[in-house]
Amino acid sequence: MLAEFIQFLFSGITIGSIYALAALGFGIIYNASGVINFAQGEFIMLGGMSAVVLAAAGLPLPLAILLAVAVVAVVGLLLEKLAIEPARNADIVALIIITIGASLVLRGLVQVLFGKNTRALPAFSGDQALQLLGATILPQSLWVLGTTVVIVAALAWFFGRTRFGKGMLATSYNRLAAQLVGINTRLILLGAFGLSAVLGAVGGILITPITYTSYDAGIMLGLKGFVAATVGGLGSGVGAIVGGLLLGITEAMTAGYVSSAYKDAVAFVLILLVLFFMPRGLFGAKVSERV
Amino acid sequence: MSGAQRYYGLAALVLVLAALPLTFPNAYYYDIAIRVLMNAVVAIGLNLLIGYAGQISLGHAGFFGIGAYSSAILTSHFGWRPGLALLAGAAVTALIAFAVARPILRLRGHYLAMATLGFGIIISIVILNEARYTGGPDGMAVPPFELFGWQLVGERLWYWSMAPLLVLVAWGALNLIDAPAGRALQAIHGSEIAARVAGVHTSRLKTRIFVLSATITSVMGSLMAHYLGFITPDVAGFFHSIELVTMVVLGGMASVFGSIVGAAILTLLPQLLATFEGWETVAFGLILVLTMIFMPRGLVPSLRLWLLRA
Amino acid sequence: MSSLTVRRLCKRFGGVNAIEDVSFAVDTGTIYAVIGPNGAGKTTLFNVITGIYAADGGEICVDDADVTGCTPEELARRGVSRTFQNLQMCMNMTAIENVMLGAHLHLNQSLLAATLHLSALRKRDRACREQAAALMEFAGVGRYVNSHASELPYGALKRLEIARALAATPRLLLLDEPAAGLTGRETAEIDELIQKVAATGVTVLLVEHNMKLVMNIARRILVLNHGRALAEGAASEIRDHPDVVAAYLGARGSGRWAVNA
Repeated sequence: MLAEFIQFLFSGITIGSIYALAALGFGIIYNASGVINFAQGEFIMLGGMSAVVLAAAGLPLPLAILLAVAVVAVVGLLLEKLAIEPARNADIVALIIITIGASLVLRGLVQVLFGKNTRALPAFSGDQALQLLGATILPQSLWVLGTTVVIVAALAWFFGRTRFGKGMLATSYNRLAAQLVGINTRLILLGAFGLSAVLGAVGGILITPITYTSYDAGIMLGLKGFVAATVGGLGSGVGAIVGGLLLGITEAMTAGYVSSAYKDAVAFVLILLVLFFMPRGLFGAKVSERV
Repeated sequence: MSGAQRYYGLAALVLVLAALPLTFPNAYYYDIAIRVLMNAVVAIGLNLLIGYAGQISLGHAGFFGIGAYSSAILTSHFGWRPGLALLAGAAVTALIAFAVARPILRLRGHYLAMATLGFGIIISIVILNEARYTGGPDGMAVPPFELFGWQLVGERLWYWSMAPLLVLVAWGALNLIDAPAGRALQAIHGSEIAARVAGVHTSRLKTRIFVLSATITSVMGSLMAHYLGFITPDVAGFFHSIELVTMVVLGGMASVFGSIVGAAILTLLPQLLATFEGWETVAFGLILVLTMIFMPRGLVPSLRLWLLRA
Repeated sequence: MSSLTVRRLCKRFGGVNAIEDVSFAVDTGTIYAVIGPNGAGKTTLFNVITGIYAADGGEICVDDADVTGCTPEELARRGVSRTFQNLQMCMNMTAIENVMLGAHLHLNQSLLAATLHLSALRKRDRACREQAAALMEFAGVGRYVNSHASELPYGALKRLEIARALAATPRLLLLDEPAAGLTGRETAEIDELIQKVAATGVTVLLVEHNMKLVMNIARRILVLNHGRALAEGAASEIRDHPDVVAAYLGARGSGRWAVNA
């Protein structure tokens, strides 16, 4: 009984960490520009895919991982430069459609280049499962949790202590004011996309040994990351993490105790509930319109 | 659009639809044309919601799926008459759309997009999982469409049934736009608060147009199911929802003829790229991105503007 | 008889009392102005009266009927019309369609009738279009009758918005800073237009910063400061009221003030 519960909890926290990383990515871009990047899921998928391809090409795993993150970061920068910047003044609907279009392009290219097969990465420290209070835990899960904690700490340092990070925060509060004090908001936006891409990529790489990856893995991951971000409150860092973990755990519990077929529906039922009853999420800022 | 322009446009549409079959060498061409006609009707309905009323729906394929599977299940498993099954599907869709419309349409921008997306995905997940009724991922067979003992079978019959339907829907939509209700609709997009102080019940109107476009989509879903004779869960999937939105966006938001053009292009495209599945996805994506950057109003309105200036 | 009566109206936003205990009455067929420094609560007052915000206390009566808590749509039905400080025009429609929108309540709003292109509806719509053109002429923007809203300059849009508000044939018209952002000459034209409107029997309530305009056309004035009524009375009284002068110019201002545009 307890063992089962702990197992579900752990797998929930594991996948929840990935959702949290995705949600953080969404939040960073949203804060810097007000855009919801529907291609965030593809960053996650690309991270895993690139690592797989590079490892398969003969590179040692650590190097493949680093290079994969770099590749996806570049993709993120390109996305901002080529698709978002030209449409800077478009309305929200247009921007949503653009990021959806970009995600299709990325997904299609991966499909063309690497096919539709599922790919896997070797687990970072082997498959030997660990035992905790009778529950079976994968070592990869610990990698996921540990890395996520490190990343969250790094982000806190970045936003709290570095100039660029603080500039990003300033831009999110008031873009015009940030420009007026000399912050290069164009660079900030570029950086936001790059950073979100890195977060997504890392998440993708971490989870691939457990869930494998394929050209269309990004859709669900991205959407669920967005759900996590909305549940926690769009733009809030704490919210992203709480939202991600909440979603992951709810999903795992549903899959374990209710029905694994409807596991995917959990996220979307959750987002409908949140949007209907608490649109700004748990930690989100209040939005008001001036007439 | 002036009254004269509308009549010329409709007349041109009728002429094109009447003359087109003369160029069809075989049944395959009829098949494509029928799909274009059906998609065009859905696109017009969706355009009323997206282009005119300024809302967004990333889950409309869900309604298509409800219509398609209602017809399929009621006729296949329960022996209902297709006409009744279609009406039942439309009624179910209208009810569901009405139920979700109020809470969903209170939202704006990306929240609205996400809510409709979530809704559409939930529907497709249900369809995928209730295999006992829906056949699951493998899909299910659908008997032919029949009305008062007369069977709608064969490409020619379908073409000559769908063509007048498209003309009718286009005519209805054009009338609607030009009327006070249509102005109110566009005003919701332009400035919802201005519409409200002018006396427009904006939440009611948004709900009605949402239900209307959902029902139109459901009816076409039912018809498509009967036409194809077989349906799979991806008719309710996220990609299909994106396809529908792309038709509206590419052809022209707030343009009835634009929707027809958009539907035509995006129905033909997969046929041209049939062997290059990945490229089809890339092409769709590029169309979306490039259209929104360079031609945010869509093809037909941009063309019209360009012609006016030239 | 009074067209609009406001009694002890209150509106709070969180801990801030945007308006508190405001009372006044507007006589039918007159022009009444609400003035005050920035942040005094003038637009909030408007928004509460027109149903965009719900009042936290007090009551509002239009033509002696209680309309407290009515929505903007309901108020439109009762003959109340308004314009906006930040111009709420539908830039996706033509100029004349914007005006025709104002007449919405007088027309057949049914979706079904619209789709079926019924000839009665078409006739009514044609008549509405002619009336809208006439209103645009009345408001001084007749030359834009075939233009798209996005083509009109700011001053014209301000007047178009008034035309739209008039299309509803209101009994009470609220104008939120009609002269905001206008040049001297455009302001004089708006001045003339508002007086023309009042001459047709419509009661006008306006919020304005432009003192010259206000003193010129308003019969009675309400001065708001920090959400409360500072003074209320005939224009000539308010002009020399020491509290009003103090609020605008500081306590050391002279007894009379130079009225400038």
